[in-house]
Order: sequence, then C-alpha cells, then structure tokens
Amino acid sequence: MSEQTTDAAGSDEILGTDGVQGAVQVQAGGPDAVLTWDETVAAYDPVLGLEVHVELGTATKMFCGCPTEFGAEPNSQVCPVCLGLPGSLPVVNEKGVESAIRIGLALNCTIAPWCRFARKNYFYPDMPKNFQTSQYDEPIAFNGWLDVELEDGFVYRVEIERAHMEEDTGKSLHVGGATGRIHGADYSLVDYNRAGIPLIEIVTKPMTGLGERAPEVAKAYVATLRDLLRALGVSDVKMEQGSLRCDANVSLRPRKKKAEKQSEVPFGTRTETKNVNSLRSVERAVRYEMTRHAAVLAGAGSILQETRHWHEDTGVTTSGREKSDAEDYRYFPEPDLVPIAPTPETVEALRATLPEPPVQRRRRLQGEWGFSDLEMRDVVNAGAVEIIEATVAAGATPAGARKWWSGEIARRANLEGRELSDMGITPRAVAELDGLVQGGRLNDSMARQVLDGVLAGEGNPGAVADARGLALVSDERALGAAVDAVITANPDLVEKIEAGKVQAAGALIGQVMKAMAGQADAARVRELIMERVGG
Amino acid sequence: MSSLSRDDVAHLAMLARIELTDGELDRMLGELSVILDAVALVQQAPTEGVEPMSHPLPLVNVARPDEVRPGLTAAQALSGAPEADQQRFSVPRILTDD
Ligand SMILES: [Zn+2]
Repeated sequence: MSEQTTDAAGSDEILGTDGVQGAVQVQAGGPDAVLTWDETVAAYDPVLGLEVHVELGTATKMFCGCPTEFGAEPNSQVCPVCLGLPGSLPVVNEKGVESAIRIGLALNCTIAPWCRFARKNYFYPDMPKNFQTSQYDEPIAFNGWLDVELEDGFVYRVEIERAHMEEDTGKSLHVGGATGRIHGADYSLVDYNRAGIPLIEIVTKPMTGLGERAPEVAKAYVATLRDLLRALGVSDVKMEQGSLRCDANVSLRPRKKKAEKQSEVPFGTRTETKNVNSLRSVERAVRYEMTRHAAVLAGAGSILQETRHWHEDTGVTTSGREKSDAEDYRYFPEPDLVPIAPTPETVEALRATLPEPPVQRRRRLQGEWGFSDLEMRDVVNAGAVEIIEATVAAGATPAGARKWWSGEIARRANLEGRELSDMGITPRAVAELDGLVQGGRLNDSMARQVLDGVLAGEGNPGAVADARGLALVSDERALGAAVDAVITANPDLVEKIEAGKVQAAGALIGQVMKAMAGQADAARVRELIMERVGG
Repeated sequence: MSSLSRDDVAHLAMLARIELTDGELDRMLGELSVILDAVALVQQAPTEGVEPMSHPLPLVNVARPDEVRPGLTAAQALSGAPEADQQRFSVPRILTDD
C-alpha cells in the first residue's frame, strides 16, 4: 500500500485533477531534454503569467460558518453547505468579501461596483457539490499593478489582470498499489475540512520584456505579493502549508535583435506549472520550463498546451494532462448567492485601512534602522523585513536583528529550504539573544551556540546559555592574568606591535581566547592588550 | 434545428463521467436535440434593452459575519457516505493512466 497526500488545490484550472498531483508518476521515457540557460535566453524571449491563490485567514469558510483551522481532524470542520448536501444554501462571508476588496485596492485595482459568483462545474470528488463557487467574467477586482523591486534595485511593474473570490477544495488521500498503477481495489479518501475555505486568485497580465530576468522577476513578484498580503493581515501566507500557492504560465517566442520588433512576435504556446510552493521553486520552475520549451522549439517540435507538475526534489516538471477549455467548466452565474455590490463608501472605508505599501515602507524602515542600500537589499532578499521589525520592536538593536535574521538564520533557512518564520525561533528570542551580546554576556561564537540550542528546542536564549554554561569571563583579574601571560610568552609579537604593526595583536588575542577556552570578550581582550603594549 | 453533434454528446458524457454506448449516444443526441430545440424558442423573445437576470430578487450584499457556527461532527458527516475509512469519505479513484 502506498499513500500520497495531495495538497495543491489551486490546480482548479485543470478539469478534475485538483487533487491528483501526488499520484502523477514520472513518465517512463526519462527526463525531458533541456537547452542550457545561455542558449535558451540567446534564442528565445519568455512571456510569463502568474496565478497566485491565497487562502484567507478568516475564522470561517467563504459560504458557511465552519471553522478553518489548519491540521484539524479529518471532516471535523464541515456542514451541509460545504458538503454540498441537498437543500443547503450558501451565504457569503462578509470578511471574505472585505479582504478581497482590500487585496484588490492594495494591488491598485478597480473594484467592481457589481459582480456575481459563478459555478465552475467539474466532476471530481474534491468538491462534493460537483462545482466550485468562483467568479468568472465579473471579478471583484481588475486592472491593477504591483511594483516589484529586484536585487539590484531595478523595478518591474507587474500588471494585474484580476483578483477574484472563490473557495478551496477538499484534500484527497490516494490509496493504491505501491507501483502507483491503477488496480481494482484502489480508492481515494477525501477530507472536506479545506473545502470552502476562502481563496483569492490573483492573475497577472502576460509579463513581457523580461528576457533572462524572467525567473528572478517571478520570484520577486511572489515575494512582494506575499509581503503585501501579510501586511494586509488577510492571510498567514505560508507557502509550505499551501495558504499561498503559485501556478506559473510560461511560453517562449523567438528572440528579435531589436527590442521594438519583439512585441510584434506572437506569443508561443504556454504551459502551466502547478504545485510551485516555495519562493525558490517559483524561480527554479520558471527557469526549468524555459529551458525545456527551448529544447522542444529548437528541435522544431511544438509545445503542447498542458499542465505541468513541478517536482521540488528533482527540479523538473512532468506532464499533467491537457488543459481544458473554459467552456468545459460550463460556468454560469451562481443562483444561490446574490450579487456583491460594494458602495463607494464601503470601498473608501476599506481603502483607509490599507497599510503603507511595501516599497515605501521599506524606505522608511531603512531610514529608521540606518541600514545601507546593500544591507537593506539583503534584508529584503532574505524576506526579513517584517521579522526584523518585530525583533526591533521586541527590544533588539536594528543592527543586531539584521545580523541574525539576514545572516546566520537566513543561511540555515536557505539550507533547509524553509521560511524564516518557520525556523523555530521568534523575534522575541532573537531580541533576547541580541541583548545578551550587547550586554557583554556572550561573544559572537557563543551566541551562535546559543542559537543552535534555541533552534534545537532547548529553550529561550538565556536558558540555553545557562544550561550550556556559556558566558564570557567577566572576571577582569583572570582575564588580565591571561593577557599578561601571553604577552610575557611572546616578546617578538609585542615588539612588532610596538613597532606599529598593530595587526600582530590578532595573534595575541587568539592566544588569550584559547587560554580562556573561548569564554572571553575579544573586544575587551584587545583593549587590555593595547593598554599594556600600545600604551 | 439544434446544432448538437454526436461528438458534443460524447464530450458532455465525458465531462459528466457517464459512460454511454454507441446506441445510447445516438438516442441521447436525438433526445437532447429535442430539448434544445424547445428551449431555443425562448431565444426568440425580444430581449433588446433587457438586463440579463440571474436572480429573481432585487437583493445585493447579503452576507453573514465571520463567526463560527456549529456544523456536523465527523461521524454525522460520514453517516450518509456509502463508504468511509480513516474518518474520510472513500470514493473510487478517479485517475486516467497518466
Ligand atoms: Zn461548512
């Protein structure tokens, strides 16, 4: 028996395959051919389109009062409405609509003065109603934009096509033979806790003119959107838990030497890559698809318009099934829900609740924290702006907060492919750690050991330092004695320092630190040495 | 006359996951065409200047506060399921050979 959970709904553009990603096998024909990156971008011009699904952090589902807690017992957060039982009627969640409007406004969209929900019909057990309540040709928000700043400060304006309201689907657990083949006894087990959780789907217009920066822009867009949604407080935006999911549409067209000619070349056939559930994967998946398309096109083949599944472990995509046409979903206006018609007053009241836009906010914080452009860029790239803000609010120095979050913790998060917020250390704990360093109790290498302990779940920094016996020797007499001993033992080094070669002090400091088993404050040791030798 | 083709019927059957034999396809083509022709009469109604209507009541913005309401227990939810396992609804696996 093998069991695979599938967890990437959002795949609602494919007919009836919302829950099946986990069961798709790598095809027997071996991996697809790809061109090198340089060959790809030399010959082809990419066009990107990104669809992001965000699960709202409302207390209840979109059309019923069931709770939305993550990780609850299967089928414990369901009712007749989200189970699609006959006679049940949906009523829209007021906060879901407000969140949708706030998202639309934050994305500089026009808010529809009147719009409806629509039924998207498909036959698959992840929606017991046999349709998903969505919006079709009347999205609540449309025609917006989001500025995305790249690592080198280049700003790309992503045009937003629409943001619409819909509901999430159930989760399927596929139970079958170990080979993944279909046997008579195979079946799927469905949990409807997630069915009906509010989703907002945000769709970009085709993004052109990106060239070799396409993968980078894709990642930066999702990161910026994530920051914006987090600042709006509408979602916990955890990609690894599926509350933020990205589908990447990629196509290539032959590259023209003259930029002005490029826009005359029609778009190539696109593929839609699903299951892209980390920022790093967004970049990798776009890059991979570009090189795969390039190999097909260079071989005079043609791209099949299809859904592709991204495999985080192997870094490749595999074919899903051919994409359905919209007409196959037989959309029609949802008769059980009345139209949504936000008044201008409502929209303006919601606009007044918008947070400062991320780019402006970043500039303000950079000023307050006294970071250089380069330092701030590192912080932004590490996705650490919010977490540093919280750490500073908890009492850390800005420099200390930055050092930990965009340094050691970011490095480890990167290594483990995790988000900073899931590293098992809170802003409060980092502030405490910084306090121990600033207060002279720990030096850097001790502080890193304390960090190890905190990450290993040994407790708060103070407790870890106590338990591991980490503390700088603050006994000046012991320190002074060690310094004296090292000076006496190294007359040659002392001579060099006295001759003006101050860097020779490093060797003395090293010896003192060794004598103190690392438990001394290196800066204080330097002071003591220079008092004796330099003076 | 309806313009429904036999392929349309086969396509609809696929979308609805209903398996039809050749004979059934022919029969459904005939029967559905009759229904479509009947409904097509409605299209002759003069609708110029008439707003399309999706709902008979002139209501908008009917919403509920974001407050949890009691639903069903898992046992209640599963009580009507033909089959259940591991507190989940057990359904035939719907996958094609991909
Ligand atoms: Zn419910």
